[in-house]
Amino acid sequence: MIHLNNVHKSYGTGNNSLHVLKGIDLNIPKGAFVSIMGSSGSGKSTLLNILGILDNYDEGSYYLDGTLVKDMSEKHAAKLRNEMLGFVFQSFNLISFKNAMENVALPLYYQGVNRKKRNKIALEYLDKMGLLPWATHMPNELSGGQKQRVAIARSLISQPKVIVADEPTGALDTATSYEVMEILKEINGDGITVIIVTHEHDIAAMTHQIIRLKDGIISEIIQNGELKEWKQQYTKARVTA
Amino acid sequence: MFDLDLWKEIIEALKKNRMRSFMTAFGVFWGIFMLIVMSGAGRALENGIMDGIKAFATNSAFFWTERTSMPYEGFKRGRSWNYKNDDIQYLKANLNDVEYLSPRLFGPNSYGGDNTIRGNNTGAFNIYGDYPDYFKIDPWVPLKGRLLNEIDIMQDRKVCVIGERVAEVMFPEGEEPIGEYLKINGVYFQVVGVVDPQTRINIGGGQKNEAIMIPFSTMQRTYNMGDVVHFFSVTSKPGVPVSKLEERLKELLKARHHIAPEDMQAIGSFNIEVEWKKFNGLFTGIQMLTWIVGIGTLLAGVIGVSNIMMVIIRERTQEIGIQRAIGATPSNVIMHIVAESVFLTVLAGYFGLALGVGLLEALNVVLESAGDEMFFRRPEISFRMAIAALSVLVFSGIFAGMIPARRAVKIKPIDAIREEK
Repeated sequence: MIHLNNVHKSYGTGNNSLHVLKGIDLNIPKGAFVSIMGSSGSGKSTLLNILGILDNYDEGSYYLDGTLVKDMSEKHAAKLRNEMLGFVFQSFNLISFKNAMENVALPLYYQGVNRKKRNKIALEYLDKMGLLPWATHMPNELSGGQKQRVAIARSLISQPKVIVADEPTGALDTATSYEVMEILKEINGDGITVIIVTHEHDIAAMTHQIIRLKDGIISEIIQNGELKEWKQQYTKARVTA
Repeated sequence: MFDLDLWKEIIEALKKNRMRSFMTAFGVFWGIFMLIVMSGAGRALENGIMDGIKAFATNSAFFWTERTSMPYEGFKRGRSWNYKNDDIQYLKANLNDVEYLSPRLFGPNSYGGDNTIRGNNTGAFNIYGDYPDYFKIDPWVPLKGRLLNEIDIMQDRKVCVIGERVAEVMFPEGEEPIGEYLKINGVYFQVVGVVDPQTRINIGGGQKNEAIMIPFSTMQRTYNMGDVVHFFSVTSKPGVPVSKLEERLKELLKARHHIAPEDMQAIGSFNIEVEWKKFNGLFTGIQMLTWIVGIGTLLAGVIGVSNIMMVIIRERTQEIGIQRAIGATPSNVIMHIVAESVFLTVLAGYFGLALGVGLLEALNVVLESAGDEMFFRRPEISFRMAIAALSVLVFSGIFAGMIPARRAVKIKPIDAIREEK
């Protein structure tokens, strides 16, 4: 599904250039549930933005479902984002003057689906998230968890192949965080590839694979099976520290 | 395609910032309002003046005499002189380019006290001695009776045609003036017509409807004027510029009256063709000025809109970023911003247009009731003008939206999403 080959990315130019990604090689198969971890400045958000075609990269190659994503026209990129990708953000990023249903329906608007039909589909997705009674509420009338569920519904409505989530639980309390993770798990269960960036270990532990970034390169990839062991090591390290 | 969501969003955005939208729109509103009002006012001035002279033969010129300004052939400077009947005959015989040539006399006491008496009614009117051809150069129409004719001239008839005002003053209401007599400077004249001028070009001063016209020949004889001619009007044949005729005519007259050829003062003249051109130039100038000022004001308004659109897209950077993340193409984004800008401009412009036209219409009603003597008539704008103004609006709306829109899509989607508020 996702294939990265020696991807480099720098910000700025000349002497002030900051080399953020220093050659990422990554394979994420279809249906994977992956979290990207790393300290701040490790390049995890940059990597996610590249995966989400929200940002470009300088070197290497990125294949998304067999399509090379490089020097793409913004029009083409928009189409690809719309059809292939669903986004979930830390700060929800709902459109403030549209109600929950309209927010969810928005991706279909850009596909040219007519109003009635897309609102109907949006209600279905809200129902799945258990938010049907809040369909006509504005974002500022919803709790954080509800907002994030609306955002997830919005990311799902275009039936994407990949969900890209940037700290989806970063602004939520623990209980709500787990709820959201439950939903993401279910989505993954339906065969959609889910990639999340997080710095919370308990959240990362719920995924099948953890990709740890350090100083712009992948330092380790931990499979779910090894997770327990790794977790103990980590806890030990923390206790001794 | 009517896109309800697009419009909903536009209305929403404008409503959210009522004051700002209003102030922005006001700039455009004012621009188009000024353009319409100024253009209408310019047109009204043109109508007022052109109505007054359009019936007048534009190929006409008028001549009178002044004192000479140079000594010549033994005559000293400052000499007074007059045209004579012979001159008129001579000019008619020797100038092929003349269409009509009509001499005129100014009656005695035109500017003095009451010169016209009928029973107990008296009045001070302008008395002219005219040829029938005069009515072809400066058209008058008879309201009652007839104009002067050739037989009046040939028989030196003591008849007169009078202006409407004269009839009002000299005859009680309801009385028929035709066939009645007026005592003008001590001599009785029979009224044969009440006449109405078609133009407001006025030769010899005074109100045109206070004129009394009698046959030229009758005036010369009755008031002992000999063969003197005070004044004459000339029109040139079609295709001949009257200015050329004017020059030739002056040469001939100077030669006949011992006036230095280079004496510029001795013959007074007035050339409608030249005045006509001046007026036309004046009105073209006024219309041009209107457009320059109007477009300038409008441009200020449009720049205001562009500026506000710039602010709006800055405020919405994050929103635009989100929209792009979930599939909005750059053309979606540009379309949206431009549509909003055009909507704001056209809406404001439409109000300006409507209010401007409304004001002109109201002014027209007031002017109409004020009557005929206004030099300001039928303020109006042409349909073409309105269409032109609207296209300018749409175009400037697109222009105002395009710059901010291009800027909005230049930012990378991720930078837009991360934009701090």
